[in-house]
Amino acid sequence: MDAKTGLLGGDGKISLNWREKVLGKIVKIQHRYDHLFGSKKISNALWRKLLYTWVFCATMFSLWIFLYMSSQAIEKRKETLASMCDERAQMLQDQFNVSMNHVQAMSILISTFHHGKSPSAIDQTTFAEYTKRTAFERPLTSGVAYAVRVLHSERAEFEKQQGWPIHRMDTLEQNLVHKDDFDPEVLEPSPIQEEYAPVIFAQDTVSHVVSIDLLSGKEDRENVLRARASGKGVLTAPFRLIKTNRLGVILTFAVYKTDLPSNATPDERIQATAGYIGGIFHIQSLVEKLLQQLASKQNIVLNVLDTTNQSHPISMYGSDEADDALEYVSTLNFGDPFRKHEMRCRFKQKPPWPWLAITTSYGFLVIAMLTGHIFYATVNRIAKVEDDYQKMMELKKQAEAADIAKSQFLATVSHEIRTPMNGVLGMLHMLMHTDLDVTQQDYVRTAQASGKALVSLINEVLDQAKIESGKLELEAVQFDLRAILDDVLSLFSGKSQEKGVELAVFISDQVPEKLIGDPGRFRQIITNLMGNSIKFTEKGHIFVTVHLAQEVMDSLDVETESSSKNNLSGFQVAERRVSWAKFKTFSQHERVCSYPSSTYDLINLIVSVEDTGVGIPFEAQCRVFTPFMQVGPSISRTHGGTGIGLSISKCLVELMNGEVGFVSIPNVGSTFTFTAVFNNGHSNLNEYTCQQMNNQSNSANSEFEGMSALVVDPRSVRAKVSKYHVQRLGIQVEIVSDLNQVLSSLKSRKPRIDMVLIEEEVWNNDSDLSILFVDQLRHIDQKVTPRLFLLAKSISSTRSDNVTCDTHSPAVIMKPLRASMVAACLQRTMGNMGNKGNYRNGEVSRLSLQHLLLGRKILIVDDNKVNLKVAAGALKRYGAELVCVESGKEAISLLTPPHSFYACFMDIQMPGMDGFEATKTIRDVEKSVNRKIQLGEVSAEAHGNVLNWHVPILAMTADVIHATQEECMKCGMDGYVSKPFEAEQLYREVSRFSYSAESRKL
Amino acid sequence: MEVGQMQRRLVEFTKSLFMEGFLDGQFLQLQQLQDESNPDFVVEVVSLFFQDSEKLLNDLTSALEQQNVDFKKVDAHVHQLKGSSSSIGAQRVKNACVVFRSFCEEQNLEGCMRCLQQVKQEFYLAKNKFETLFTLEQQILAAGGSIPATEITSF
Repeated sequence: MDAKTGLLGGDGKISLNWREKVLGKIVKIQHRYDHLFGSKKISNALWRKLLYTWVFCATMFSLWIFLYMSSQAIEKRKETLASMCDERAQMLQDQFNVSMNHVQAMSILISTFHHGKSPSAIDQTTFAEYTKRTAFERPLTSGVAYAVRVLHSERAEFEKQQGWPIHRMDTLEQNLVHKDDFDPEVLEPSPIQEEYAPVIFAQDTVSHVVSIDLLSGKEDRENVLRARASGKGVLTAPFRLIKTNRLGVILTFAVYKTDLPSNATPDERIQATAGYIGGIFHIQSLVEKLLQQLASKQNIVLNVLDTTNQSHPISMYGSDEADDALEYVSTLNFGDPFRKHEMRCRFKQKPPWPWLAITTSYGFLVIAMLTGHIFYATVNRIAKVEDDYQKMMELKKQAEAADIAKSQFLATVSHEIRTPMNGVLGMLHMLMHTDLDVTQQDYVRTAQASGKALVSLINEVLDQAKIESGKLELEAVQFDLRAILDDVLSLFSGKSQEKGVELAVFISDQVPEKLIGDPGRFRQIITNLMGNSIKFTEKGHIFVTVHLAQEVMDSLDVETESSSKNNLSGFQVAERRVSWAKFKTFSQHERVCSYPSSTYDLINLIVSVEDTGVGIPFEAQCRVFTPFMQVGPSISRTHGGTGIGLSISKCLVELMNGEVGFVSIPNVGSTFTFTAVFNNGHSNLNEYTCQQMNNQSNSANSEFEGMSALVVDPRSVRAKVSKYHVQRLGIQVEIVSDLNQVLSSLKSRKPRIDMVLIEEEVWNNDSDLSILFVDQLRHIDQKVTPRLFLLAKSISSTRSDNVTCDTHSPAVIMKPLRASMVAACLQRTMGNMGNKGNYRNGEVSRLSLQHLLLGRKILIVDDNKVNLKVAAGALKRYGAELVCVESGKEAISLLTPPHSFYACFMDIQMPGMDGFEATKTIRDVEKSVNRKIQLGEVSAEAHGNVLNWHVPILAMTADVIHATQEECMKCGMDGYVSKPFEAEQLYREVSRFSYSAESRKL
Repeated sequence: MEVGQMQRRLVEFTKSLFMEGFLDGQFLQLQQLQDESNPDFVVEVVSLFFQDSEKLLNDLTSALEQQNVDFKKVDAHVHQLKGSSSSIGAQRVKNACVVFRSFCEEQNLEGCMRCLQQVKQEFYLAKNKFETLFTLEQQILAAGGSIPATEITSF
């Protein structure tokens, strides 16, 4: 068994090695031919071959095992047979030899006592007695007899002495008689021979042979002759014995008269022969008797044969009853060299089936087959998996290719669309700045808006693609949240005004002014949500609030302002608190609160967009954030859009580490809320708080700094929004709920109120009260009566009241409110408050210029009469009083103090004395006069109560080179205007110097 | 002639003046300066220009005819002419003056003479055009019509 397992193990190892090699090869092949279609088949065929080889080998091996083991068994059987056979043969031989020796001993006995003594000491009776008693010493002999040598000459004497004639044996041999029929009396007397060998003594068992001449029997004669010649025991061939008629062998010894030397010649021996003693071996019975002594007699079949004649062996014992072909032959040596005997042994039964071999080999075969099967299954499985893998790879490649193709397509298409669209938009932009009539301008504006919408749609689709592929990255730049919301607000203001929907933004004071994050994306989210809101809202309001998450959490329990009275437009709204109920930020409330310092730099904003629109049906609410899903197919028809806006927003919010949620009640409204985490734009704490304190003050709007305003609004939320925006301009704001309160607070308050902002609703509610209010306002005893502003949400409602320019009828500020717009409105209305505004509108500047120059006396100096006339004409339009002179000298004389000129416009290039020279002279004169006044040499009264004379002189020049400008300044001019006059430039310069003149006077 | 027709003619004529480069934007500015308080402003200015310029041209002619031409004096005259022509928007006269001045700087008598002729030519041409324009306007006013505003703004 050990050898077998060893073999098996070896086999396994070899097959493993082989497998590895084959695998390596296959892999190589696969690599080499990977792109080929047939690679799979090649490996498959290889596997198949390998499998067949394995099966074949295993079968052969198991067969070998079977053969080997069965041959071993046969060998063993043979050995067993041989040993058994040899044992028996040896035994037979031993017994035989014992018998033979005894027979030989008897021959010596006879020689000694019969022939050696005279008279003989032995007669028949003695002999028979003796032999009978010593029969046990001769186990294989059935009987012994002694025949004496009788020559013919002695026959008669012998016959006489014995009392019986010598009988012949051959007739007996010819007519085989049975034992019972045997009668020595019927024997014929021996014919005359040279010599005779009649039996004289015989054992009782064979007493019937007495008197029979041995030489007359064919077998016996031969035996006798050979025995006396050799002096050794001689055997006959087996033959049928007389009387018993059974198969037997006769052993014959010669009895010599004298003791012969061992090297005596045969002739000497013959001469010395006295008689012959023969032992009858009754082989069959004897052998049987012998075998009975041995165990396992029944297992084997014995045949004893005389093989002296090789071609015709004579069976001495045994039968052919055995079926087994296996035979063992062992030679028997009975001491007669002339005779050859052998014993043939066979098993009685056929060899048993070699069960061990069969089971072992079969077991091995089964194991091998199982292994093969496993191998086959494995290979199949591998092949299948590889197949699948190939398929998957193929599919993956296809999918990737498709994805790439999609991205490329999107990129290409969007690029291809965007490039011409840029052209279109650019051209439209340029077209808008050409001279168009109102209709054309409208067309162009519409075209531009559509183009922009298309571009933004393309960008949206691109965004979606980018988000899907995870390629979208957020920027981190500093930005102003309020500015962004203002922008977005202005984007939607047109629509909201059109619809009469109130649009408002409120940003908590605690939100820092500068944040670091992606303003574009933030704006996108807001735009998206607001866009949706405005799309679905026909009445009521849209309200965007921005708070710190912290702030909201803190006030979560306190806040109870959700009654319909107290929101922006008085419509019912979906409670926004519900929309963030599921936010993790709030569920982790404790955590955030416990580490305020660590999250300090991170600003977690919570932004809500609340509308009073149609709301989202409950059944559609679950798929609001799914791309390309809209509430229903009709939505896209009526409202347009692709339906990816919200999904993009959601992705963007998640990119900003925020969450988005909503609550919506059909026909009441929706509130979307999202959180987003930004970095604080001011890492420094001091800077931060500082910023907090004056983040409302905006450098651009610093002109309103320190003013104060009253907001009249019964709705606290709306008032808060108004307050927020006005406050951003640096204006102090107080909120009162009705007009009466305004009057009382106007009366009572010490610091003046510069403006009163009245909610349109309040104004229109009770027009009588409003008129009364205006009337009363007029009579309020205050230095400057406050300006009135109406906060209106739609264009139509206020148009009628808007026309008159009376200071006491209110100016209108259109909602949505935003700082820049409010600032512009305030500036427009309160423009003449001594600040410099930048008016592009020619009408405005003209009026302002008129205001500036009205009644002023201005000197114009130009040698060119035409130019003089034109300049005068231009200035006269603004109500100035003009004096024209044509030379510098005249100008000098006119401008020598005291004079009443407000300003002087002087041409530079003049014959005689040019502008520079004239100006220098004028300045010199002014200086000397000023000095005199200061020194008291001349009384100030004499010079018009002016302490410091400096008439503004503006150069008029055709060339606007910088050098000229510098020269103007150098020689004491205050500015210059290019010829020909332009109203704007004129205004700028005049206002500048007049301002400085004012300041000098003060 | 009908008023409407005359008005159309005026507009056409004004347009042609701009197209041919006789006038530029400055003339429009000038027109804008004219209002109810100053109804004849343009005519006044333009006639002043003609008077002044004729005198200047005479001065120029005599200055260039002298033995030793004082180019500085010539230049001053041309400068004046250029200034006043640009003030009323007589573009072609102004352009001729610009060339004239560059010859003066070179002290190129021959070029100056040639330019003088050129300027004179342009001046008289402009004078003609202006006179036609004003005549047309006066005719319209006499017929009770109003002067149509010039629409061309960008040249």
